[in-house]
Amino acid sequence: MVSGLINANPVIYERKERRARTTPSAPHDEYAVEPIDQQEIFDHIRDIKDPEHPYSLEELKVITEEAVEVDDQRNYVRVTFTPTVEHCSMATIIGLCLRVKLMRSLPLRYKVDIRVAPGSHATEAAVNKQLNDKERVAAALENPNLLDMVDECLAPSYD
Amino acid sequence: MTELKEIQRLEGHTDRVWSLDWNPATGHAGIPLVFASCSGDKTVRIWEQNLSTRLWACKAVLEETHTRTVRSCAWSPSGKLLATASFDATTAIWENIGGDFECVSTLEGHENEVKSVCWNASGTLLATCSRDKSVWIWEVLPGNEFECVSVLQGHAQDVKMVKWHPTEDILFSCSYDNTVKVWADEGDSDDWQCVQSLGEPNNGHTSTVWAISFNAGGDKMVTCSDDLTLKVWETENKGMQSGGGFAPWRHLCTLTGYHDRTIFSVHWSREGIFASGAADNSIRLFVDDNESQVDGPLYKLLLKKEKAHDMDINSVQWSPGEKPILASASDDGTIKVWELIP
Repeated sequence: MVSGLINANPVIYERKERRARTTPSAPHDEYAVEPIDQQEIFDHIRDIKDPEHPYSLEELKVITEEAVEVDDQRNYVRVTFTPTVEHCSMATIIGLCLRVKLMRSLPLRYKVDIRVAPGSHATEAAVNKQLNDKERVAAALENPNLLDMVDECLAPSYD
Repeated sequence: MTELKEIQRLEGHTDRVWSLDWNPATGHAGIPLVFASCSGDKTVRIWEQNLSTRLWACKAVLEETHTRTVRSCAWSPSGKLLATASFDATTAIWENIGGDFECVSTLEGHENEVKSVCWNASGTLLATCSRDKSVWIWEVLPGNEFECVSVLQGHAQDVKMVKWHPTEDILFSCSYDNTVKVWADEGDSDDWQCVQSLGEPNNGHTSTVWAISFNAGGDKMVTCSDDLTLKVWETENKGMQSGGGFAPWRHLCTLTGYHDRTIFSVHWSREGIFASGAADNSIRLFVDDNESQVDGPLYKLLLKKEKAHDMDINSVQWSPGEKPILASASDDGTIKVWELIP
């Protein structure tokens, strides 16, 4: 039987242990500005579901903590993801999910760049260009079908 | 010391403000300055200056016509009509009837998101462009009728902006395909053709070209891009040969290193200052550098305004009034009005 899936048999990896957020050593000041770090951003996106498998982006190693770069001083985040197969037509959907999740989770002042890992996708430049054109992203998110697909991937799982 | 002074911060839109346009028939002869702004909140707002307080207030909200983001707006040269382009694939024409704005026409035809709209200098032609890669030219007929006279195919991708030359019926379009294309009606019979394409081989941009603006003389234009540069182009005789043919544009200079994220907007003032607004939240102003070498005019930074907004700046536009007033629209949902203090 021919499978309709882009990648019918993805490799599943162990999920990383969830670490408690390290608490500041100084007496806790609830008004202190806590910088946003790599771990916090990874926690926002690790559970996003793959558009075609019942696994998270972390389990498929589409994203790793190391693939998150953050510069809190400059309000800048870059997430580099690795599609499971080179011709993955789901790459733009995955990228859109990452962008929407970060848009909804991070303070508005943040600038976010999303890209596929160099060499991991056949149409890398085209995917990167589309994911970072905010007008295309805005238009995509006004498309109810696409938005449903994204919301499906972002829905919390209760396992 | 030259300063860009914030006069007012205007709130009202409930989503990012994509674009704004000053009404060209305002700002002189005692007529208060007016501009329109449009937003991801699907509305258009009309802002008018109060002549005694000098401050702007929202005079009208144009809503319940577009069903998706309103991406761009443009006043006709007479200031009587306002055209609005939307992601809902339509362009609406609004008429100011005794202070009320009424939608008098809806232009349909594009397959998907309309991204920009522009009137020619005489107000007889309208151009629109879309993600469907096409540019449409509409003839303005009596009774608020609009007839499509040409559908221009040539861009390989999404067309981001259309702009008419300030005096000639020559149309310019810039695109996600990294090029600027020049369109002219050479046969005098609605036979619009692409007469020039400015791309990488002509020292053009290496990523999406977002906007284009002309100097007052119409012999120079400036473009801005996702490649983080601004480019100035020039032509002979406003782009028309004395015999009636088309005069090509050539690259004059590239301004690099002034913005560190996508440059979404550029606008050239009548006084010769061009402003740029970018995703780095900043505004830059450039002027002719008279002291530059004999090779010709180059441009120098006049002023930089960091943190002009809290988020991306999508549009910067100089007012038509006597004072050098600039308005900027941002993802932060606000519009700011600035005065350039020399």
